[in-house]
Amino acid sequence: MGNDPSYTNQDFKVIGSRVKRPDGVDKVTGRAKYGADHNAPGQLVGLFLRSPHAHARIVKIATARAEKLSGVKAVITSADLPDLTNGDAAARDILENCMARGRALYDGHAVAAVAAVDEQTAKKALKLIEVSYEVLPHVTDVDEALKPDAPVIHEDMYTAGVDPRPSRPSNLYNVSEFGHGDVEAGFAGADVIVEKSYKTEQTHQGYIEPHACVASVSPDGTGELWVTTQGHFTYRSVCATLLGMDIAKLKVTSSEIGGGFGGKTHVWIEPVALALSRKANRPVKAVMSREEVFRASGPTSSTSIDIKIGARRDGTITAAFAALRYQGGAFRGAIPGMPWAMIGAMTSFACYDLPNVKSVGYDVVVNRPKAAAYRAPSAPMIAFAVESTMDMLAKELGIEPLDLRIRNAAREGTRACYGPVYGPIGIGATLEAVKNHPHMRARLKKNQGRGMACGFWFNFGGQTCTDLNIATDGSVTLTVGTVDVGGSRASLSLIAAEELGIPYEQVKAHIADTGSLGHNDTTEGSRGTFSSGMAAIFAARQAIGVLRERAAIMWDIPVDDVAWAAGHARARGRKHSKLKPLSLAAIAAASPTTGGPIAGHNESVPDNAGVSFASHICDVEVDPETGSTRILRYTVVQDAGKAIHPTYVEGQMQGGAAQGIGWALNEEYVYGEDGRLQNPGFLDYRIPVCSDLPFIDTQILEIPNPNHPYGVRGVGETSIVPPLAAIGNAISNAVGVRMNHVPMSPPRILKELERRDAL
Amino acid sequence: MAAVLVTTKINGDTVEFACPPEETLLSVLRNRLGLTGAKEGCSTGDCGACSVTLDGRLVCSCLVLGAEAEGREIATIEGMADQDQLHPLQRNFIEYAALQCGICTPGFLMAARVLLERNPDPTESEIRYALAGNLCRCTGYDKIVRAVQATAKELRRPEKNKHRRKKA
Repeated sequence: MGNDPSYTNQDFKVIGSRVKRPDGVDKVTGRAKYGADHNAPGQLVGLFLRSPHAHARIVKIATARAEKLSGVKAVITSADLPDLTNGDAAARDILENCMARGRALYDGHAVAAVAAVDEQTAKKALKLIEVSYEVLPHVTDVDEALKPDAPVIHEDMYTAGVDPRPSRPSNLYNVSEFGHGDVEAGFAGADVIVEKSYKTEQTHQGYIEPHACVASVSPDGTGELWVTTQGHFTYRSVCATLLGMDIAKLKVTSSEIGGGFGGKTHVWIEPVALALSRKANRPVKAVMSREEVFRASGPTSSTSIDIKIGARRDGTITAAFAALRYQGGAFRGAIPGMPWAMIGAMTSFACYDLPNVKSVGYDVVVNRPKAAAYRAPSAPMIAFAVESTMDMLAKELGIEPLDLRIRNAAREGTRACYGPVYGPIGIGATLEAVKNHPHMRARLKKNQGRGMACGFWFNFGGQTCTDLNIATDGSVTLTVGTVDVGGSRASLSLIAAEELGIPYEQVKAHIADTGSLGHNDTTEGSRGTFSSGMAAIFAARQAIGVLRERAAIMWDIPVDDVAWAAGHARARGRKHSKLKPLSLAAIAAASPTTGGPIAGHNESVPDNAGVSFASHICDVEVDPETGSTRILRYTVVQDAGKAIHPTYVEGQMQGGAAQGIGWALNEEYVYGEDGRLQNPGFLDYRIPVCSDLPFIDTQILEIPNPNHPYGVRGVGETSIVPPLAAIGNAISNAVGVRMNHVPMSPPRILKELERRDAL
Repeated sequence: MAAVLVTTKINGDTVEFACPPEETLLSVLRNRLGLTGAKEGCSTGDCGACSVTLDGRLVCSCLVLGAEAEGREIATIEGMADQDQLHPLQRNFIEYAALQCGICTPGFLMAARVLLERNPDPTESEIRYALAGNLCRCTGYDKIVRAVQATAKELRRPEKNKHRRKKA
């Protein structure tokens, strides 16, 4: 299946096999330790007091009564967290998000925290903290926030990215623009132009494991943090910065992680738990409730988007334009220099080869929790808008939507809408695979419809540091610093085994704590298997160099005469023909007397993670009585570059599609007029359950990434990008209504059906 | 309020504990007995991560009080394997990659075991509805359903599983 370009035709031994994951038994027996499964002797329980107001000045916080309660060991407010961020605006936003400083900026914003001997006492203490608020006007909708009479959330916020600088502050904090060519000329040359505006509501990553940590700070200035996170090295840097600690003196251990999807790339309760521990001089365990997870840990942006696409009669697109308005909560974007609308604008038309294209991103603050990354952050919303408009354009032109996409698909050499020129890419191959897929020919009944859509994600490399150590019995420890969010220990062990030429079972992969390895960037941007895998390859190759040297010592021949193949050192040349190959285990056994431990190491920043494309096909049935939509059949086609462990690649494709289906049909943050979140629980924020979904078919294509020794591309995120539009297009084909507001929930569909029938 | 003294049976062992009357069974299992296999995902009975059985019936242990365990029999994920022999469901969850992060896995295994005890030959739809009280955010449920189907098939052909000490 898939392409087989001439420049990579590697004969893998274990890569691509479907081995059992090394942490499987622990996870099916309940033995695996997640964030809330760890305890420290003498630990206290940490709880948070949160603002009930969307926007309010904190006039006074009286903590004396709580402090006097028996069993309370520490109460803290922002006064206990001095601003040590030294002009770093992103760090200051994190500090202020962790604990309100003079103003509560959203419903759920932490205003105080307590540590007490048990949960009952901590809860009582929260009730004894008296906060006087002066309620301020609020705004929670992205379009409302941009109106001239909207309450301005930050008096010092002047729009960046526009010239001249605005004379007044506003909720628009950044404008960014991408594209090339002459869009106006392109539209002038179009035979057909389609324009449409869209809205998407805010969704949460919905990981089943709430944020949890055990923090312990000693009076000697050292500290330890056990935490569920996608990036324990990043958590270490951020927490140390906010608390004024030396980075090296804070040891962070990542627990098993119960889902993150981007939401555990940012700190929430952790700096506060450390501050509580420091004040109480006892370990503090803090675990968010589900309600807190929804109200106060980052969801993704809600958006408002305008699209305009023009084409000639033959289906050649002459120009495309997008205006994207994304709210990031009450703060600037979480990634410095890359606010959410900017990322969305970059991905907007990335699937297509366009002569004239322009995308403008408008980043907006509102009184909602600070937005966090959510799997291919910012891409699904703009893909919904672009891919819905593509189907409308196809209809206007009388062309099959799939053929319109094939005609305009980006290819090697295409200049992407966000600037770079693509190398080998998979969008064309995924579209051809869709065209040939039996799913496209399956019969449909009344009220049923089929839709398809494409998606793009950049993927990310990032700083990586990896150790490989060979024990004297020949077993191998692979120590990585990227958190295993969904089976990467299996894929990384496969990679080390492949390089060394040994069985998979001989390798044991570990996730190191921050005291045991150099800095590793967070497991985000689909980088875990890509980056740590690349570092594992180079660490293994370095270890092979050592193994060859040791074999040379054992044989007493020059190292240049020693080759490495299939897990053995082999002496090259006729003069050494009597020397039998030495196995890795034999060389390892002799290591105490040939120079000591045998190890390999790699630190690197493997960029060029290889962009990723996917095309999805979806069949739906819409119930015209209720407006409810059922997914009948779903197929994901995605380019993986090279699938190290195909089963877990399929798992990523299926999981992303399921999250996209939930986003498309059900999931939505509902805010009341009072600015309070009305559905902070899994009952009313409904993620897909088992009976909502069919089996999700997958087809992995392998168009190798030329920047990786095995051709690997990141695979974790792209699959959430196409579902919103694929489902919207399927609904349109089923019942003839064009949905422009996500989620396409029963009331919204009913409204459109009524409008259709009134015509 | 004074603690309640409770005597119960957990995974076949008699266990005694004392807890406040308002404390949940989930909290007792996790915080008093060290049985952290049941997870707290929501505390409102919506996610199923805390699923255990109480006298053979599947319950969300976050909605049961510790005091209600008096005189009952509780089974948790920690008791599912027969010493070093994994239950076929556990084995197939690994084999079919029915878990990614694994936080929901103990709950799914408990729910799937109750399903197969009651219905050894469930349809796909019956499996999906039986597991609809357990949320998984990673897998899209595809491989979970396949693992349960494979286990049901395996358990219906006991002659092929003679080497296994425990069936269901």
